[in-house]
Amino acid sequence: MTIEVASVAVSQPSRLWLAFSKNPLFWLGALLLAIIVAVAVLAPLIAPHDPLEQNIVARLEPPSAEFLFGTDNYGRDVLSRLIYGARISLMVGFVAILIAMTIGCTIGIVAGYVGGVLDQLVMGVLDVMLSFPALLLGLMIAAMLGASLQNLIIAIAITEIAPFARVARAPTIALKQQDFVIAGRALGFGPVRIMGVHILPNLISDVVVMSSLWMASAIRTEASLSFIGLGVPPPTPTWGSMIREGFDNILDAWWLAVFPSLAILLTVLALNLLGDALRDAIDPKLRGE
Amino acid sequence: MTSFPRPALDLRNLRTEFRIRDRWYPAVRNVSVSLMPNETLAVVGESGSGKSVTALSILRLLPHAGARIQGGEVLFEGQDLVTLSEREMSSIRGNSIAMIFQEPMTSLNPTMTVGDQIAEAILIHRGGSRMQAKAEALRLLEEVKIPSPKSRLDEYPHQFSGGMRQRVMIAMALACHPRVLLADEPTTALDVTIQAQVLSQLEELKQAYGMSMLFITHNLGVVAQIADRVAVMYAGEIVELATVDALFAKPMHPYTAALLRAMPRADRGTENLEPIPGSVPALSAVPAGCSYAPRCPFKERTCLDLHPELVSSGDPGHLVRCPVRPVGGVH
Amino acid sequence: MTTSLGNGDFIVRNLSKTFVRHGGSGARCVRAVDDVSFRVPKGTSLGLVGESGCGKSTVARAILRLIEPDSGSIVFDGIDVRAAKGAALRALRRRMQIVFQDPYSSLNPRRTIRQTLEEPLRVHLRISSKEIREKAEAAMVEVGLPREALERYPHEFSGGQRQRIGIARALVLDPELVVADEAVSALDVSVQAQILRLLEGLRERRGLSFLFVSHDLGVVRHFCDRVCVMYLGRIVEEGPTVDVFDRPLHPYTRLLRDSYPVPDPRARRPLVQIVGEVPSAANPPPGCGFHPRCARADGLCSVERPQLETVSDDRARACYDPEATDVAWGGLRIGAR
Repeated sequence: MTIEVASVAVSQPSRLWLAFSKNPLFWLGALLLAIIVAVAVLAPLIAPHDPLEQNIVARLEPPSAEFLFGTDNYGRDVLSRLIYGARISLMVGFVAILIAMTIGCTIGIVAGYVGGVLDQLVMGVLDVMLSFPALLLGLMIAAMLGASLQNLIIAIAITEIAPFARVARAPTIALKQQDFVIAGRALGFGPVRIMGVHILPNLISDVVVMSSLWMASAIRTEASLSFIGLGVPPPTPTWGSMIREGFDNILDAWWLAVFPSLAILLTVLALNLLGDALRDAIDPKLRGE
Repeated sequence: MTSFPRPALDLRNLRTEFRIRDRWYPAVRNVSVSLMPNETLAVVGESGSGKSVTALSILRLLPHAGARIQGGEVLFEGQDLVTLSEREMSSIRGNSIAMIFQEPMTSLNPTMTVGDQIAEAILIHRGGSRMQAKAEALRLLEEVKIPSPKSRLDEYPHQFSGGMRQRVMIAMALACHPRVLLADEPTTALDVTIQAQVLSQLEELKQAYGMSMLFITHNLGVVAQIADRVAVMYAGEIVELATVDALFAKPMHPYTAALLRAMPRADRGTENLEPIPGSVPALSAVPAGCSYAPRCPFKERTCLDLHPELVSSGDPGHLVRCPVRPVGGVH
Repeated sequence: MTTSLGNGDFIVRNLSKTFVRHGGSGARCVRAVDDVSFRVPKGTSLGLVGESGCGKSTVARAILRLIEPDSGSIVFDGIDVRAAKGAALRALRRRMQIVFQDPYSSLNPRRTIRQTLEEPLRVHLRISSKEIREKAEAAMVEVGLPREALERYPHEFSGGQRQRIGIARALVLDPELVVADEAVSALDVSVQAQILRLLEGLRERRGLSFLFVSHDLGVVRHFCDRVCVMYLGRIVEEGPTVDVFDRPLHPYTRLLRDSYPVPDPRARRPLVQIVGEVPSAANPPPGCGFHPRCARADGLCSVERPQLETVSDDRARACYDPEATDVAWGGLRIGAR
């Protein structure tokens, strides 16, 4: 039933803002993420040591006043490596998601708008991609391309294309039946204009919101691939490779694996909190009154 | 009439408010009207007039967060529904007072067969065995003239057309022999031929069950066909209340008269369709004086400051909320 | 591109459209539009009435090629609409526009009114930004909205105002034919009258032709010179609006008319015999589509489909009944009073 208050309209963005700004979990996630991003950006200023500097004398030092999170097998400061590692993790996550979003959205919108055989074909391929676990798919691609930062990003981006395409396709199919899209066709607008000007802006907020959830998954994939040695080659510090190196000494030097694991946990948690809050805010079923 | 019968439902100064950006605004403003036994009272108005909110307020079906009943009484069989507990209210809903809505699809559970849903309603309110309830459900489907009711009992709502779904809703509403039926735009979503069927059926059932009906609609044509009395609502209040014959023959409020002149008719030419200038005021911007004054061609200075009362027009039973109306009706 | 080959008339012949739905139990064919022909002479308005599912909206969209028809011909001002491609089709689109029912979904919520009104001009016309601005402003004024409102977004407007904006968008390219698909059906009576007046004014000032699709007989009687009554994808009666409604020649037209609630309590009358509901277009009855509901149907009606045939000088119907079912108005009685 509609309650007759439509005359007092609240604009879309401000309603979204109202919906999620009241959610304490949103603020927790935002705060956490802000801290992590700040740490990554300010790494050269706040890292107490050079992350690559080896110190044979101070190998496998436990946490102390000088080395807050201890040192690794080569005597490198774990805290500093963690701080620099945040840069790699966030960059890999962000760039990979940006690439996946661009390609995935384009595929999803075109498939949804054109429909028919093309749509079925594209969705079939995407379903196959989705049926592989992201890690396995990333593993295959990274193994094929070889270990490097660039290839890592490409591998992760490819694994995340399918979910973006799905999220873009569903609203496209709904939007293309809306009168304003049909009006555009009646006015002689071409398909590129309709997709770019009339469909994309109406679904982009859904996609951006979902991207924070997938960025968490991209960071996890990055860590996993680095863990198995398919990530950024050493000595560049990444959280995944730090865990792997720490794994060998897990019994005598617990700090090597525990701190990077905590860093991943916190980042993924922050992104998930943020993503969940945003998703609740845009989901009309949950928005309710 | 020597002994005045007690109304089936009596609204006294009912006031319902909605919250918009942390402020409360009245959507129904001190509505007083009685629904007499066996009577069909139509409440007519445009969107934003508060007609649906009035019906929802009677059954207290408004959303908890953004709406509240801020005053007045809803008297039903000696009880004030406004003061009842939620528990007591549930035993009234669907039992002594039933309601049907505009969109029957959203009111039916898509995963349950129609027969089970009607039987469920019977079991909840009247008890008895499942077998009896099923048999009663079949009788009700026959009563609302659903073709081959026996096989349709086991079908799901999506297998029914819009008109048939509305009949199912009516059957469910009748399951407990309600004293009062609230019908909120029950035919608005239906095609005209189906609308005619449903309207005549509602009229028949009203007689057969001895119900009173509060019929909410925006369609003056439907009002003319089904109502005994009519309340015209504008901006949350009743501006005119009269028998259906008096209202159409001699509309007293400028708004009623303007509505009739703005409506194109299928039965005769309407050369001069006269639109009403402006639009219904927003909930948060209802004028201080007469709420219709800004759109009214007859307005005088006082109309803008003085809020008129609903008073007798001089004709018995014909109330109007306008002090400056032209004598003898607006034509 | 607009060299006139005809006289501005819009002519549809034998238009058909079948939808194929792929469901769980294989494909189903729905004959939404079946052999529909009509003509809209320049500057006149033709009404297309019927109940939901009768195919009237499909006709509206098919003639603008928003849905591709299966067969039939569509000719506008001597130009074959169905054969047009590329630049020729774009040129035709300028001349034929559509106004929708739902004022809430017909405007892109993320574009200002100015963007919405200027976009077609930018796509079609090679004129300066200043001229584009002026044209958009002129369209705004023509539909009775202030220029300042151009900078706002759709959600800031009421339903009636949005409908005006939808009309302005249809007008910016100076079309000659406007298809109004239930254009006033979602509006309150008082606003509906405003929009009808606006459309009437446009028809007079601009000499527009209208194809006016509506289920509301009152609105059609008010607005349309002639009317086609559709049932199950076919036209069952055609003629001048007043004659068709006052003296219907097809039993379905009569049913439709007598079901229409007239705002006059004195006009209550016993309900005409209404049997059943509109059959599904996926599974239409043989013969005349209306025969299962028709009180006057006989053997022939259930076997062979009657064709739309001219009855008198300007009226046509598709019915075998020899007696013209010519019954004067009276409305229908619902209440036992």
